[in-house]
Amino acid sequence: MKPAPFKYYAPRSVPEALSLLHEHGYDAKVLAGGQSLVPMMNFRLVQPAVVVDINNIPELATIQGDNKSLRLGAMVRHAAAEKDSLVKESAPLVHESMPRIATMQIRNRGTIGGSLSHADPSAELVVVTTALKANFRIQNQSGERVVPASEFFVGLLMTAMEPEDLLVEIEIPPLPPRSGWSLKEVARRPHDFALVGVAAVLTLDRKDRCEDARLVYLSAGDGPISAPEAAALLQGEKITPDLIAAAADKAAVDEIDPGSDIHATAEFRRHLANVLTRRALEEAHQRALGGKEEI
Amino acid sequence: MENQFDLSLTVNGVSYQREVDPRRLLSDFLRHDLGLTGTHVGCEHGVCGACTVLLDGAPVRSCLIFAPQAHEHEITTVEGLGTIDDMHPLQEAFREAHALQCGFCTPGFLTTLLPWLEEHPQPSEEEIREAISGNLCRCTGYQHIIDAVKLAAEKMAAG
Ligand SMILES: Cc1cc2nc3c(=O)[nH]c(=O)nc-3n(C[C@H](O)[C@H](O)[C@H](O)COP(=O)(O)OP(=O)(O)OC[C@H]3O[C@@H](n4cnc5c(N)ncnc54)[C@H](O)[C@@H]3O)c2cc1C
Ligand code: FES
Ligand code: FES
Repeated sequence: MKPAPFKYYAPRSVPEALSLLHEHGYDAKVLAGGQSLVPMMNFRLVQPAVVVDINNIPELATIQGDNKSLRLGAMVRHAAAEKDSLVKESAPLVHESMPRIATMQIRNRGTIGGSLSHADPSAELVVVTTALKANFRIQNQSGERVVPASEFFVGLLMTAMEPEDLLVEIEIPPLPPRSGWSLKEVARRPHDFALVGVAAVLTLDRKDRCEDARLVYLSAGDGPISAPEAAALLQGEKITPDLIAAAADKAAVDEIDPGSDIHATAEFRRHLANVLTRRALEEAHQRALGGKEEI
Repeated sequence: MENQFDLSLTVNGVSYQREVDPRRLLSDFLRHDLGLTGTHVGCEHGVCGACTVLLDGAPVRSCLIFAPQAHEHEITTVEGLGTIDDMHPLQEAFREAHALQCGFCTPGFLTTLLPWLEEHPQPSEEEIREAISGNLCRCTGYQHIIDAVKLAAEKMAAG
């Protein structure tokens, strides 16, 4: 199908984009990579009267970093983040998630900000930024605010942003020393949206006890689904296979809320989540111990 | 008409200027406005890969780009690869290895593989499978396409 008619604007600066969004409010949609928006427009699931294309604003596509955070502009494309050495070094979990997002042709267009604004619970970046406690820098004509991931994703395809808001930057704080991470998912083909997946981050203290653990699931509910109770089981303890198994059971049985569809039943998704949690925690643990880098 | 966009872009090395309705998809612009019907349209939601073209050298879905977004950019379609009398080695390899039956998917495979083979001159079978995973073919079962990519790599290495 073809999209319904709309008025097209291609602002050259952030203030220009903000003023258009202010003027058109609910009638306007921001167009980033278009890899989620254009399919929805082609199906006429959305019919914005105004499209504000932010592809011509170079300042939104920068990658910067210092010891406080890695800062990804909203218009950094998946393909650019995938190849960037700073991303690989300072946020390896983000780097690792990239090749799993769709295929190369989609990654050449899709953007970090677009994926996060779309807030699909199956999107790798939604889960990864939650696990990494990223902050979202949002602007509108009246000013700027910074929203933590825990408050940014508010429901199925919903964020804390209003129609006049523009996501401009995502700040990813570095992990503390002695931290390990892992991202595990099962998809029918490597780049498809995953049936279920988990991002794990584990930090150890000097005696190799768990100081902090975070488990966040994709395709397991209406948003990124955290498993604080499973994480609490690990807290303060030495990580053993039995403890990992207990945490995986807790998360897969009590904390996630996957649905059933043509691809998998909820029960099968819980089973996968259980197995993936074990693998993710094992890998994160090894990395935190400074052991193997790659599996 | 009101709300038309003054589009200028380069397609296969030729400059074009056209007035377009902003909702015109790049795929439809290439096919209907420029008559370049080599770019095929399958699903219009990014899944099949038939509409793949190169935007400034990188493969993208032309069904997920509005024509005005290609303003002042360079597009390469399958027509830009070679002619019937002077085919690109990649096209020759597809013919020789029987990598197509109906041919509907072929333009998308070729445009996907062209820059990829330049970056991966000696690809493994696994890498090839990964590279073509964003393109659907309902006819060949993919095996002959994989053979063709290997053959194309050899041809391109030989110059
Ligand atoms: C076939 C296919 C397979 C895919 N597979 C995966 C996958 O496995 N995993 C995955 O994570 N994703 C997948 N995707 C989605 C892909 O990653 C998209 O690129 C991404 O979801 C959207 O990014 P975009 O830049 O294209 O955003 P757009 O489509 O341009 O925008 C998406 C939404 O966000 C809004 N928006 C965009 N940028 C901003 C901003 N800066 N501020 C405020 N609002 C904004 C838009 O208005 C729109 O509502 C797939 C897509 C396709 C077509
Ligand atoms: S028509 Fe564009 S991907 Fe199928
Ligand atoms: S040759 Fe017919 S779809 Fe590929």
